[in-house]
Amino acid sequence: MTAQTNYFMSHEAILSVIDGMATKLDQFLRNRQRKNVAMIGIRTGGIWVAEHLHQALAIEEPLGIIDISFYRDDFTQIGLNPEVRPSMIDFDVDDRHIVLVDDVLHTGRTIRAALNEIFDYGRPRSVTLVALVERSGRELPIEPNVIGVEVTLQPQEQIKLTGPETLELVIGTQR
Amino acid sequence: MSAANLQLDNNNKLRHFLSIEGLSREHLIRILDTAESFLNLSDRSVKKVPALRGKAVANLFFENSTRTRTTFELAAKRLSADVLNLNISTSATAKGESLLDTLRNLEAMHVDMFVIRHADSGAAHFFARHARPGVSIINAGDGQHAHPTQAMLDMFTIRQHKGDFPPLKVAIIGDILHSRVARSQILALNTLGVSEVRVVGPKTLLPMNTRESLGVHVFNDIEEGIAGVDVIIMLRLQKERMTGALLPSEHEFFQRYGLTESRLRLASPDAIVMHPGPINRGVEMETVVADGNQSVILHQVSYGIAIRMAILSMTMQPRGETS
Amino acid sequence: MNRICIANGRLFDPASGLDMTGDLCIADEKIVAIGIAPEDFDADIIIDAGDKLVIPGLIDLNARLREPGLEHKGTIVTESTAAASGGITTVICPPDTTPVIDTPADAELIRRRAKQSAHARVLSMGALTMGLNGEQLTEMSSLQVSGCIAVSNARKPLLNNLVYRRAMEYAATWDLPIFVVPNDHALANRGCAHEGRVSNRLGLPGIPVSAETVAVATTLELAQETGARIHFQTLSSARSISMIRDAQQQGVRVTADVAAHQLHLTEMDIDGFDGNCHVLPPLRTLQDRDSLRQALADGTISAICSCHEPHEPDAKLAPFPATEPGISALESLLPLTLRLVDEKVISLARAIELLTSGPAAIAGLPYSKLSPGCEADICILDPEANWEFKAAELVSSGHNTPFDRWFFKGKVSHTLFAGRLTYSPRETA
Repeated sequence: MTAQTNYFMSHEAILSVIDGMATKLDQFLRNRQRKNVAMIGIRTGGIWVAEHLHQALAIEEPLGIIDISFYRDDFTQIGLNPEVRPSMIDFDVDDRHIVLVDDVLHTGRTIRAALNEIFDYGRPRSVTLVALVERSGRELPIEPNVIGVEVTLQPQEQIKLTGPETLELVIGTQR
Repeated sequence: MSAANLQLDNNNKLRHFLSIEGLSREHLIRILDTAESFLNLSDRSVKKVPALRGKAVANLFFENSTRTRTTFELAAKRLSADVLNLNISTSATAKGESLLDTLRNLEAMHVDMFVIRHADSGAAHFFARHARPGVSIINAGDGQHAHPTQAMLDMFTIRQHKGDFPPLKVAIIGDILHSRVARSQILALNTLGVSEVRVVGPKTLLPMNTRESLGVHVFNDIEEGIAGVDVIIMLRLQKERMTGALLPSEHEFFQRYGLTESRLRLASPDAIVMHPGPINRGVEMETVVADGNQSVILHQVSYGIAIRMAILSMTMQPRGETS
Repeated sequence: MNRICIANGRLFDPASGLDMTGDLCIADEKIVAIGIAPEDFDADIIIDAGDKLVIPGLIDLNARLREPGLEHKGTIVTESTAAASGGITTVICPPDTTPVIDTPADAELIRRRAKQSAHARVLSMGALTMGLNGEQLTEMSSLQVSGCIAVSNARKPLLNNLVYRRAMEYAATWDLPIFVVPNDHALANRGCAHEGRVSNRLGLPGIPVSAETVAVATTLELAQETGARIHFQTLSSARSISMIRDAQQQGVRVTADVAAHQLHLTEMDIDGFDGNCHVLPPLRTLQDRDSLRQALADGTISAICSCHEPHEPDAKLAPFPATEPGISALESLLPLTLRLVDEKVISLARAIELLTSGPAAIAGLPYSKLSPGCEADICILDPEANWEFKAAELVSSGHNTPFDRWFFKGKVSHTLFAGRLTYSPRETA
C-alpha cells in the first residue's frame, strides 16, 4: 500500500542521535534522582534502540523486553498478531525506576499498552519514557521525557525504524 | 463442507479449533510459538493479559471432566475473559433442549466462544457448522474423534524437552482404538514431521487398518515397540474396557504393556515419559516411572494452560470488518 | 375420463420383449392396445410422448411411508405423491410402523389409506414376529390372505436361530417369501459407519462387514435346510454378494436387492460428518460398491430399491452418531438408476428390469408390464432432459438427501397408476 518510501536517516546518523540521547537521559535521571534504573524495550524497534542505550548507560540487569500484542486496544478488532513473542522481564519491577524505550512515539497507544503491561508485573517507582523519534499525531495525553529527533508528518505518512544490523529511518506514504 | 475447511477463514487464519486435521505445519508451529508467550505469566504479580477482556467464553461440557474444564476456565480468565460453566449431563439434554437450541440460546446471550466436550464424534463440527458468524468453537474432545488441544499441549511438551521434531521417534502405548487423544496426537506428530510414530497395544485396542488409515507403525509387543524411542506417551486405560470383552484384566495389561523401569531402559537414554492423565498407577506404569526424572507428566499440566490461552486468543474472531 | 392414449413414444418393456415406437391406449384402468391406436379409440386425454421413453411404472420394494405412527416424518398421502413424481406406481413398505403390521387389520388400514389418496399402489410386508419382538410368530397365513406380499422382521433381531429356522419353515408352508435385512446386532454394536479407514479417522463407532456377512451366511444355511424363499434387502458388501451368488448357483431360492444410494456413494462421503450420508446398512468401500454394481449386471441382484426413509429436519440436525439414519429416496430412485446406464455400468434394458420386472418377480406381483390386459401402471420420461436435483424442492415430507445439487439426465414427465394420471408436468405460467 505504500506508494513511496523516503529514506530519512542513515545508520551512522542514528547512532549519533542515540549517543546524544544517552547523554540527555543520564542528565534527566540525575536531575530526578532516579537511581539504579532498569530498562525495558518495546518490541521490535524499541529493543534495538534500548540495546544501545542499555550499553551506553552500563545498566547491570539484562534488558527487559515487552511485546504488547495482548495489550493493544484494538486487539478485538484486528485479532492476534501472528508474530507475537514472549515478553521477558527478568528483574523485579516493584519499587524500581524503569526506563521505557520505544522507537517511534506517535499516537501514544503503544505506550499506554506498555504501561499497562508493566504494571501487571508490579508497581514501579517511576517510569521514564524515551523515544528515538517523536512525531506529530498524538491521540492520548502521553509525553516523552527524552527524545532523539522530532518530526512533523502528514497523517498518511509513516516513519519506521528498520534494523537491527543496519539501523535506518524511512518515511513512507500510504495511499 | 469438509471438516478441514470449517476451521479456517478466507485468510487461512483459525476461526474454530476442531481438529488437527486440515491444519498445516505452519499453523501448528504458530500455536506452539504463541504458547511460549504465556509460559512465564505465573511469574508476574498480575497473572493476566487483557486480550479477551469483554469477551464471554462458555464451557459447554456434555461429558464430565474437572481437569480439562478447569484448565480452560483458567486459560480464559487469564486472558481476562468472562467465563460461563455449563455442565450439561446427557440425560438433561435427552429430556430437554436440542443441541441446536442450546447453542442458539447461548448465542443470544452474546457468548463469543464455546469450548465444547461431547460424547459424539463430530459434535464440535456440528456446532461450528451452525454457529453464528463471529462465534468460535473450540473442541475439548468429541467422542473418539479428536482432542486437539491436548495433542497441542503434548507437542509443546515434546518441543520444550526434546527440541525439534524431525529426528524423534515417538511411541503411543495403550488403548488407541477408543482414544481421541491418540488420534489427534498421531495427526500432529505426522504433520510436524517426526521421524516415526509407533502405536503399541493388543489387537483388541488397535483399530483395524491402523497403518493405512492413521499412518503409523503397529506393534503388539511393548519391548519391540519401545526400543530406541525418544518419547513415550502412555494412554489411559478405562475400566469399561474390562467389561466389553476387549481385555481380560488390568493385571494382564500391566504384565504385557505396563511401563516398568526395566522397559523404560529399552528406550533411548533421555527419553521422556508422558501421560494425558489421570494415571492409573500399576496399570499403565509403575509408580517409580510416573514419579521418575524422565517423567514430564506434571509439566504437561502447566503447559496445558499456556497452550489453551494460545488457542483461545488465536481463534477469537476479530470484530474488525462489518460482517 | 378413463380413455387415455399415449402417442408416439418409445414403448420399452424389456421383460415383455417390447421395444417399439408407437401408441399405448388405456381404458378402464387397463392397457387395451399397444402399437397403433385402434380406429374407434376415442381418447379423453392424449399424451404426446414423442421423443420420450414409455416404460412400466416402477415398483419399489422398500419404502417407509411413516404412517401409521411417525406422521411428523411423512404420511401415506405425501409419500405416495412423492413416489408418483418419481415414476413409481407400486410401493412396498416394511412392517415397522407403529403399530407394527402384525395383524390383518393393520395391513387393511394401510391399504385403505392408500386407496383414499390413490397416488400409488401401497402394499406391505407383514411382520415375521408379533410386535417384531423376535419371538412369537405372526399369523402369516392370515397376513398373506389380507394382501401382505412377504414377511419380514425389518431391522429387529430374532431371539435365536431356532426361532429363525422355525419362522422360515412356517413361512415356507404358505410359500411366503421372507424379506431379510441381514444384520448381526451384536457385531453391529451401535456402530453408525462402515468399520474402515474413514470411521477410524473420524472416530465413529464402526459396523464391520461381518455384521452383514455372518447374518447372510446363517440365513443361507437355514434357507437351504428349510427350502424357504429368502429375499435379501439392501445389501452393502462384496462378501455378501459372493456368498449369495454361490448359493444361487447351488439352487437355493434366494434373491437380493440393493438400495440405489449404495451404488453411488461410499464411506468417503461421510467425511466431514455429513449426517445425510448416515444410512443403514452403512456406505462401504469402493470395492464393495463396484461389486454391487457387478452383481446388477450378472443377475445376483435382481432389483434396485429406494430404501426410502423421510425424516423431519431435527432428525438430521445433530452430530453424526446422534442423527437418525436414512435418506428420503423415492425421487432419486430412477435418476440414480439411469445414471448407472450413463456410466455404462448396465444397459438401459437392464436398468428398467431392475426397477420393474425384477421387483415384480420377487414380490410375486402381476404389475408393471406393458401388455394388453395388464394394469395401466406407466412411467413416461424424457431421457435427454438434464436437470438439477434439489433437496428443498422434494415432494416428499423429508428433504434429507445427500444428492442435493446433483445433475441428472432423464426426467419423469408423466406417471399413470391404474390408468389415472398421478403425476404430470406443472403448467408453465
